Amino acid sequence: MIISNPSLSLERYLQTPLEWAGGFWAHWGVFAVGIVAVVLILVMAFIWFERRGLGRFQIRPGPNRCGPFGILQPIADAIKILLKEDIVPAKGDKWVHWLAPVVVFVPALMIFAVIPFQDKAVLADLNIGILYVVAISSVSVVGVFMAGWSSNNKFSLIGAMRSIAQVVSYEIPLGLAIIGVVMMAGSLSMNEIVNAQTIPFILLQPLGFLIYFLAALAEINRCPFDLLEAEQELTTGFNVEYSGMKFALFYLAEYVEVLAVSAIITILFLGGWKGPLLPPFLWFLIKVFGVFFLIFWVRSTIPRLRIDQVMAFAWKCLLPLALLNLFITGIQVIVWPEALPWVMIPINIAIMVILVLLWSKFFRLGGGRVEV
Amino acid sequence: MALKTEPFVINIGPQHPSTHGVFRMRLTLDGEVVIDLEPVIGYLHRGIEKLAEGRTYTQNIPFTDRLDYLASMSNNLAYVLAVEKLAGISVPERAEYLRVIMAELQRIASHLVGVGCFLNDCGAFFTPLLYMIREREKILDLFDMVCGQRLTYNYMRIGGVSHDIPDEFLPALDKFVREMSGFIDEYDQLLAKNEILLARTKGVGILPKELAINISASGPVLRSSGVKWDIRKADPYSIYDRFEFEIPTGSVGDAYDRYWVRVQEMRQSVRIIQQAMEQLPSGEVLSEVPHLFHPPVGEAYGHIEAPKGELGFYLVSDNSIAPYRFHIRAPSLINLTALRDMIIGWKLADAIIVFGSIDICLAEVDR
Repeated sequence: MIISNPSLSLERYLQTPLEWAGGFWAHWGVFAVGIVAVVLILVMAFIWFERRGLGRFQIRPGPNRCGPFGILQPIADAIKILLKEDIVPAKGDKWVHWLAPVVVFVPALMIFAVIPFQDKAVLADLNIGILYVVAISSVSVVGVFMAGWSSNNKFSLIGAMRSIAQVVSYEIPLGLAIIGVVMMAGSLSMNEIVNAQTIPFILLQPLGFLIYFLAALAEINRCPFDLLEAEQELTTGFNVEYSGMKFALFYLAEYVEVLAVSAIITILFLGGWKGPLLPPFLWFLIKVFGVFFLIFWVRSTIPRLRIDQVMAFAWKCLLPLALLNLFITGIQVIVWPEALPWVMIPINIAIMVILVLLWSKFFRLGGGRVEV
Repeated sequence: MALKTEPFVINIGPQHPSTHGVFRMRLTLDGEVVIDLEPVIGYLHRGIEKLAEGRTYTQNIPFTDRLDYLASMSNNLAYVLAVEKLAGISVPERAEYLRVIMAELQRIASHLVGVGCFLNDCGAFFTPLLYMIREREKILDLFDMVCGQRLTYNYMRIGGVSHDIPDEFLPALDKFVREMSGFIDEYDQLLAKNEILLARTKGVGILPKELAINISASGPVLRSSGVKWDIRKADPYSIYDRFEFEIPTGSVGDAYDRYWVRVQEMRQSVRIIQQAMEQLPSGEVLSEVPHLFHPPVGEAYGHIEAPKGELGFYLVSDNSIAPYRFHIRAPSLINLTALRDMIIGWKLADAIIVFGSIDICLAEVDR
């Protein structure tokens, strides 16, 4: 029974009252280990999926030597990277250099404490779940700056400076986009947000989804906002002086963050684990991979923006749109709390289209020369 | 409170993903803004001009392959034209046509790499570059058919070309030419109206018309500044006066115009190849030229419109079997001299784009 239907046994486990004294810690231990394992396996799957997918976009096969369809490639890469010599730059700050990958990696992993993989399948169902996510995920940028500073390398430093400016700016539209969802769901708990979605919030909050998606791309430094590791300018930026296990942690953290963002988008906007026929956990995974596909589709298609354009986009485009979205959502929640969703969906999509067109009309990127 | 800042010197290159070889830019940055730039070249200097003085005229052809290795056919052509001018050697009709076909195919191949790498510099993660490489691969296959090489062809000879084309070449060329214009349209559709690409390249790195003429820039860099100057029209060499084609020119001289001019030039090259295929006569491809010959004392300058600009070979003969002086007018080097004026005042990311938009080949710059 357990083997044939893991999701059922999980449900049974969740319903078991944790009565004995060590129950809480047992629950915590099992879940923590389980989540770390699931996250790492998913990250491996992500790396493989992205590399194969990029290969398809770029008319080449992608990794196909290790195992069937190159499925063992992430493992081979991991082994290679672990066997590399660990180098600290001669005049680098040794302790900060050592600490930076940890500071980047741990918060990224901690996000998963509040991610429900299915109903109640969550390590800590915090009643401030989404707030916790926003708070924790902004810690990573400290680690990035530590890495850039301690490497004693100019490319690293520029990359780190860029990432500070960028992440701090995009935090604001990111948070504001989430508030729209929170107002609709009436709760900050991730579990409650999913349960509140009789229809996915992407239909009721299309503008919020757009803003969140773009801001999240900037937050996790993905194309077209991948300035801090702009290969063509900074030769991968902040982590250029890292090798071996430390580099592996940065690399893992990057994908863990992508996984986290995909999971959060799934929970906030796509109805989490809900879906017909298939078991909930599978629905969750399908949606997460769908979002991730969108992310690397963007990566394989679009050129990168310049730093001042990135900042202008955050402050002049995303922030006003996010505020307007908040305002409109607030009116809708107060004035027509019982409005039928099938009326609100077309209205909200129309509002999104009009606002986006309006902004693309008035808002132009470009220019940027400074008299010297 | 005004923060005290100081300029920041950063070395881009010689080992760097976007310097297209071993170029080095010593940038002085104020924050992200470039306030000074010092180009450093010479990492790939092989002394080809001096080496060539010790070899016979025929032996020098392979050297020219190794100048701009993305346009070896054009280099071959420029050199053999100079030697033929010096020694007064005539070329069979069919060879002239084959030379034109090869040179135009080479122009397409070089522009494909130039445009692809430029888009890569813009930050598009390899996708445009790999699509361009796919088309270039077909051209390399065509070259492989005629001379058995894919990069250093050594195909042109003094007095013609080394081999006649094989039977399967013309059908393959016909297929390529028919497909190519469709591919150019496709790229244009995908890229030319991309908002981010426009934001990154429009108005960036402007090379004014006067400056472009003053530094004697040539090729797409000059034409994008609005100067209608193409050696194929201005001083028709080989048989270029028999073909109909236009010279696309830009208006502003920014990075986008340089990109646009290259794309349009590919279309014109396709037109020329189509005309040359229709007119292709039969006959000999190599006239009788001895391996060792003594050109009369004198000098000659043969120049062509190479993909990157005016490529010229200046040869001085002292009636011996080897050139007394062998000088290369390398378009990449001369176009590169405008780099500082174009980049100053722009940001670090723009510096990479402007540099990419000049489309240089370091093997030609350093020689």
